This record gives sequence, structure tokens and C-alpha cells, in this order.
Amino acid sequence: MLAAIGVRSIEELFEDVPEHVLFPALALPPALSEMEVRWEMEMLAGANLTAADGPCFLGAGAYQHFVPAVVDTVLRRGEFYTAYTPYQPEISQGTLQAMFEYQTMICDLTGMEVSNASHYDGATATAEAVIAAINIQRMKRRKVVVSPFVHPEYRAVVRTYTQGMGLTVVGDDGAAADVVSLLDEGTACLIVQYPDFLGRIEDLSDLAKAAHAVGVLLVVVTDPVALGLLKPPGAFGADIVVGEGQGMGAGLNFGGPYLGFFATRKEFVRKMAGRLVGQTNDQEGNRGFVLTLSTREQHIRREKASSNICTNQGLVALAAAVYMAALGKCGMRQVAELCYHKAHYAQQRTLEISGFSAIDDRPFFKEFAVRCPRPVQEINDYLLDEWGIIGGYDLGRDYPDLKDHMLLCVTEMNPREDIDALVEALQEVAL
Amino acid sequence: MTQPLIFEISRPGRCAAVLPALDVPPTELPDTLVRDDLPLPEVSEADLVRHYTRLSQKNYAVDIGYYPLGSCTMKYNPKINEEMARLPGFARLHPYQDAYIVQGALFLMYHLQEFLKEIGGFAAVSLQPAAGAHGELTGVLMMRAYHLDRGEDGRDVILVPDSAHGTNPATTTMSGLRVVEIPSDARGNVDMAALKAACEEHGDRLVGMMLTNPNTLGLFDENVGEIAELVHGVGGLLYGDGANMNALLGIARPGDLGFDVLHYNLHKTFSAPHGGGGPGSGPVGASERLAEFLPAPVVAVDPEESDEESLFYTFVDPLKSIGRVKAFYGHFGVMVRAYAYIRMLGAEGLRRVAEYAVLNANYLKERVKDTYPVPYDRICMHEFVCEGRLAGAPDVHALDVSKRLIDYGFHPPTNYFPLIVPEALMIEPTETESKDTLDAFADALLRIAEEARTEPDLLHEAPYTAPVRRLDEVRAAKDLILRWEPD
Repeated sequence: MLAAIGVRSIEELFEDVPEHVLFPALALPPALSEMEVRWEMEMLAGANLTAADGPCFLGAGAYQHFVPAVVDTVLRRGEFYTAYTPYQPEISQGTLQAMFEYQTMICDLTGMEVSNASHYDGATATAEAVIAAINIQRMKRRKVVVSPFVHPEYRAVVRTYTQGMGLTVVGDDGAAADVVSLLDEGTACLIVQYPDFLGRIEDLSDLAKAAHAVGVLLVVVTDPVALGLLKPPGAFGADIVVGEGQGMGAGLNFGGPYLGFFATRKEFVRKMAGRLVGQTNDQEGNRGFVLTLSTREQHIRREKASSNICTNQGLVALAAAVYMAALGKCGMRQVAELCYHKAHYAQQRTLEISGFSAIDDRPFFKEFAVRCPRPVQEINDYLLDEWGIIGGYDLGRDYPDLKDHMLLCVTEMNPREDIDALVEALQEVAL
Repeated sequence: MTQPLIFEISRPGRCAAVLPALDVPPTELPDTLVRDDLPLPEVSEADLVRHYTRLSQKNYAVDIGYYPLGSCTMKYNPKINEEMARLPGFARLHPYQDAYIVQGALFLMYHLQEFLKEIGGFAAVSLQPAAGAHGELTGVLMMRAYHLDRGEDGRDVILVPDSAHGTNPATTTMSGLRVVEIPSDARGNVDMAALKAACEEHGDRLVGMMLTNPNTLGLFDENVGEIAELVHGVGGLLYGDGANMNALLGIARPGDLGFDVLHYNLHKTFSAPHGGGGPGSGPVGASERLAEFLPAPVVAVDPEESDEESLFYTFVDPLKSIGRVKAFYGHFGVMVRAYAYIRMLGAEGLRRVAEYAVLNANYLKERVKDTYPVPYDRICMHEFVCEGRLAGAPDVHALDVSKRLIDYGFHPPTNYFPLIVPEALMIEPTETESKDTLDAFADALLRIAEEARTEPDLLHEAPYTAPVRRLDEVRAAKDLILRWEPD
């Protein structure tokens, strides 16, 4: 091969590289065989205590839900996971059709008309919703109102993404009693979460009306697992629905890769970022699928693109599609009901313990906040050390007013014995 | 054969999942908030598995054959990495668990940061960005924040070469900054005269420059040192698009070349699979002066909790962080794969990756360049760009050549990019292909060139052997059917 190229050595191929930086001696650990790498990785994995090792009541945006074996069976097919982005549709119909089906199911679940083929996660999908809303409003409205009960990390990501755009992001500092009071003619969108970060659910119809009355778009961040039971945001009049799809087949994976989904009204489709699969025909008239409306995207429009997004969460979206199809109409409802009833059982039992109380009596889905008699960190340490239980999320991290409040999450993965053990452990804590 | 949609094989009452019975007393449902209808498919497990298996068979993939996709680095994905990412000790970790019960995961992240620092020649690395474009956004926001921190709020210009990936200008706009395009010279490098003029014109407004090196022509820009000096000379910073890092592993470190910030693509260079479009992972490396602007959090050693026997790892927020760019810490599952890859290769193995990638590209270029003109013909790095317009076949386009390659069992190369080459075919063989594969691919390209002259319609109509014929993309964009509707 060297002779064909006309050089004497591989080193000669690098003559354009400045000599003083060429061939650095990299200080990396010595190479391992496959067997040794496995040992090292098993050792590292074994050094963690996981949600599989005992009862876990942590949620707050990443959830333990059951993943049927069919999901990973599909994901492990090399034809799916070693495929490239389906830019060559003739040899990518598998991915394209699966994404078309994914888009359809996301629309049905959220009650919206169009869905893209995914964003990185719930947080970045929320940030992209803000950018879409600004563009839909023709850049004339520069204020974004966000509820304090949108996931704190999502709110942080919205601020990071928009720091160069000259926007004002308000509403989540706790100063206003009601986000509706902040809406005005200069507001592009209102972002709320449903169920909210504290797990609470409410009818969003009035909020949608109030927003629309002043031309403000309603962006709803939602949990697709909850939508197996609850009215979809589209039914309340939401304009953009985004969220984290991790609960549908992605597993916990220490925070990623997860799945951002994004759905909206058909009239806004050209302002929606990200890849989009559309149906068409081949030259013999057979149904087929292609990536479409790519004129919105960075590789065509460059500096005029609606976003810079390129790589998305293809395989995780496939997992969600298989999950939604596997559980289907009955299973999705069943999972949601299991979560609902178990979470309520857990809440009722917890509130019976003296020293624990609710923050309000609003309806909730699978998470609830409780005021605790001791600091949350102390309680969690006790739960783990004495009971092997991974406790709840410390709300004081994000909400100064909710110091000593814990957010507990209960799903279909928590059998009654786990919940009873948690209650017994919390009783000991309260003493 | 057309595979029906999952909705078309749905039958009332079927379900592919069996869930446990409710084992607690039920609570009344919030009636006004309960949905009436949930129009999801109803299929059995067997039907479901067959559906997706059949769909999978309509895909091309690295496990099936060779992808010469320029700038995408479609190398083979080692199978051990897939298994490691699925170890329950990784896969079932909740991101909010206390640091002291996730030390194995934090060890892995910390050391992956260290490996990437060493490979790229940077002072610090954040693993948070989700993909290459996300890493770009992170890096450009960091450059912007750096200037603002120094009280230089008039800087709003980013220089972008005309050969750049589309993500570069798109990222600039998203960051609230302005693109000034710099042309390429006759050798495919950045035109130095144009760069000098731009640096003079925009000097005190310059945030920095985004540069891919090797660039999208697959050429190493020999003037990179001078480019860095020019940009730094007017107070700007140099951003590195790491999409082409596969050419530099163990060859040169971007940090040593003068780059201030760079994103890595773990799904290109470090062998994580592309997943049919993702997930990727786009860690960002930063020089000393940009390190404190990295997104929060990064993994660090906690000196308080560490002792001589063992180090304790924890998350910390860099001092002047631009904030977080996504929820949690990044694509941990992809990090596990990249970590395993780097551990199996070590320093020598990584250098061999780049050497063989570059050797393969040059060999392939020599094999085809007499037929497919190479406009910038010099020793290339890991990829090269040739023209898909052929002597004696005026009506044949790069697209036709690409589609015909499908019939020969290959994935087409990247088409019509970079924009500065007409009818571009951008070819990146990667290091994981053998000479046999490269020869078979070159033979196919040469035979197609012959067909283009003798039977051009054969190319216009291709492919013939794919699961579908050429698809009507114009109609897709016009009719806009983006979801299935029941009849």
C-alpha cells in the first residue's frame, strides 16, 4: 500500500504536521486484552450500589420503569445499532419506518399533530422549545416565563442555551405567586411541567387560555409514562409538548443516554428543529420513508438553520418505540395505574408517621413531596446504611423553602414489601 | 416487500407485555384528569419481534458492510463495549445517588476525562455534551463567556472556513454571534491572506475561529500554527471541530497545535456505535484559560474525602461555568464504551488507529483518483474528497454514483459536501477496513465509472437491489405525511 501511495513509511504520510508536535508520547495506561478490560469494568461496575441492589425511591426526572426483554432484543440487532443516520433512504428503511412509527406514537401519547425524531434529552428539548417559540413569534417577543416547578436542571439548560440570545427568563425565582401574572404582550412562551417537578398534576386548560389570550405559546414538559393514564397536554391546548422519554425503555444509565421528545402543532412544523421522517413513494409506487424538510437543518441552511442539532438519540427513540408498541394501549395504562396507586399508598402510609406531612393536598401521579422531621441527607444515610434503601430526592437542593423536604418516587418496580419497608424505616427515623 | 406499519398489524386486545397485579389498595383516580382514549398499537410479542426484525433487515449497517462516509468515521464497533455498557452496575445507576455509592462510575468518568485531556492536549475536559454539535455549542458559549468575563462585550464575530461542517455556522447563530466566512486557498487550506484581512477588519470584535483540522477535504492545514497566532494576536480564541480527530490520535494533540477548545466525538473516534442517528457523545476539552468556563458539573477528586489509600471522586462546578448544557452528566452509557475502547488500545494502539486510517485513505485515493478527479491532490489524512463527475459521462452525477454503489453492496460516501467541491464524494475508509475491502470498493467505483460511460441510465435508475427503489423526496416534503393516520 505504501508503494502505491509512493511513500516509504507511514510516518511520511504526516509530513504536513509541524514536527515539534508530531507523535507525542501519550501517557495512557498500557493496553488491555478483552478479558482484562472486562475484569476492570466489572470491578468498576461492582463498586457501585444500584437501584437493582435494593428498594429505590429516587425519581426527579430519571425513573426506574420495567423494560421488557423485547426492547433490548431489538436494540442489540447490529442492523439497528451499527447503522448510520438514514440519509440514504433506500438502505435505511428499517430505521426510517421505526422513526415514523415513533413519531406517530409520540403524537398520540401527547395529543399533538407532529413530532420530530428526537432531541438529546428532556432538558435540551425544553431549550429547543424556547428557541422554536421565539422563532414562531418572529423574534418580536423576548420574554420567557417558566414555572418554578419545571425540573431545576431543565431551567438551567434553558438559561445556558439562550445566554447569547438576549432573552429574559423569569418566573422561577419564587417572587411571583402565579406565573400567569407575568404573561404579557412581550412574552413568547410559558413553560410548565405536568406532572410538575413535585409530581403534582392539574388541569392546564385555564393556563392555556390565559396564555393564548395574550398571544403566548404554552410549552408543556411532560412524563410520557404518566400520559398512559392522564389527559394529554394537547387536550388542554398546549402548543409545544416536550419531555424526557427515558422511562420508556431507556433504563437509568447514570443519567444518559436518555430521550428528548418534541411534539407540536402542524402549523409550527417548520419551526421545529431536529430530524423528521416523512412518508413518500419509490419510483415503483411502493410506500417508503425519507428524512424530510431538511431545509430547516444545519447541513443545508448553515447559519440560518433552526438549530445546530445533527446527531440525535436515534437508538433511544427506537427503544421508546418498541416499548410503546410492546406495552401498547393496555400496558401503558396499566403501568401508569400501578405507579399511581402505589405512589398514593406510599404517600398515605408516610403521612401516618408523626413528623412527616404533605406540602399540599393537590393530586399527584407517581411522585410526592413530604416535609421531614430531620434533614433529608440524614434520613437518606440512615435508609441506606440500616435498610439498604435508596431514599428520595432532597428538594432543599433547589428550593430553599423546601429545606427538609423529600421527593419520593414510586413506580411499578416497587412491590408493596419495598414500600412497607420504607415506611417502617421512616418510622425509625422519626423517633 | 413492504413491511406493514405496526399500526396496521394491531388487533384489539393484544399486548406484548405482562405486568404484575396491583398489590396495594387502589386510590380513586382523578377523574377529570384521566384520558378517554389511548390510541397505541395492540400487538403480540411474536408479532412485535418479527416486525422489528424485518425492519432491521431493511437497514445497511457497519455489521453488514463498509461505510466510506466522510467526516462520519464509521468504524467497526467492538462488541465487548456493548456488553460493558449493559453491566447492571452501570446500567441501573440512578444519576442522583450519593457520590459514595457511585464511586465506580465516577472513577470511570474521571479517568475518561484524564484520557481525553492527554489525547487532546488540554487542561480540562467536560463529558456533558450529548453529541458533536452540542459540544460545539458548549465550546462557542465558553469562548463568548471568556470574553465577557474579561469585560470585552463587543466581541460577536466567529470566523468559519467555507469548507466547514454546517453545524459550525449554525452553532454560531445559536450562540447569538455572527459568521464571517473565510475562503480556502488552492491547496485546500485556509486562505491566509483572507484570514489576515478578516483579523484586521474584525480584530476587536472577534470571538474566535472555528477550524476543523484535518479539514473536511481531509487535508491537514499546514498553516495551523500561523492561524492560531493570527487569531490569538487579535484576542480571539481557536475552536477545534473534533469530527476528524481519528486522524490525529497519537499523531498530534490539538492543544499543542494552538486550539483553545475542542469537542471529541465518542461515537466517531472512540468507536461507540452511531445507533441509526444517535446517541452520540461530544465531550469538550479546554485549555488552561478556558477550563473554568466548562459546563457544570465535571468529576474531580475530593481532597477532603481522599486519603493515601484511595481517592474519592465527586462532581464539582467549574468556577465560571457557562451552566449546564443538559440534564445530569452526559451520555454515561456512551462513555463506558469509549473508556473500554481506550483501555484496550492504549497509547500505541491509538496511534496505530490514526496511522492506518490515514494509510487506508491515501491508498484508496491513489486507486481511484485517475478516474474520479481529486481537486486538492496531496497526501491526505483520514479522508479525501473526489468529484463524482466523470469524463465521457456528462449526465451522471455524484448522486448516481452513490446510488449505484448500493447495488455493489456498499454504503455511499458523503455526497455534495464539502460545498467547495462540485459533485463531491467524500470518502473516509477508517482503520478497521482491510486492504481487501478497500480494493473491492475501489473496483466497484471504477466499474461504475465504466457503466457511467456505456450505460448511464443504469446509474440514473439505481439502486436495483435495495429494499426500495429511489424515493421521491420532493413529494415527501410537499405532501408532508409525518405520522400514520387510521383510514
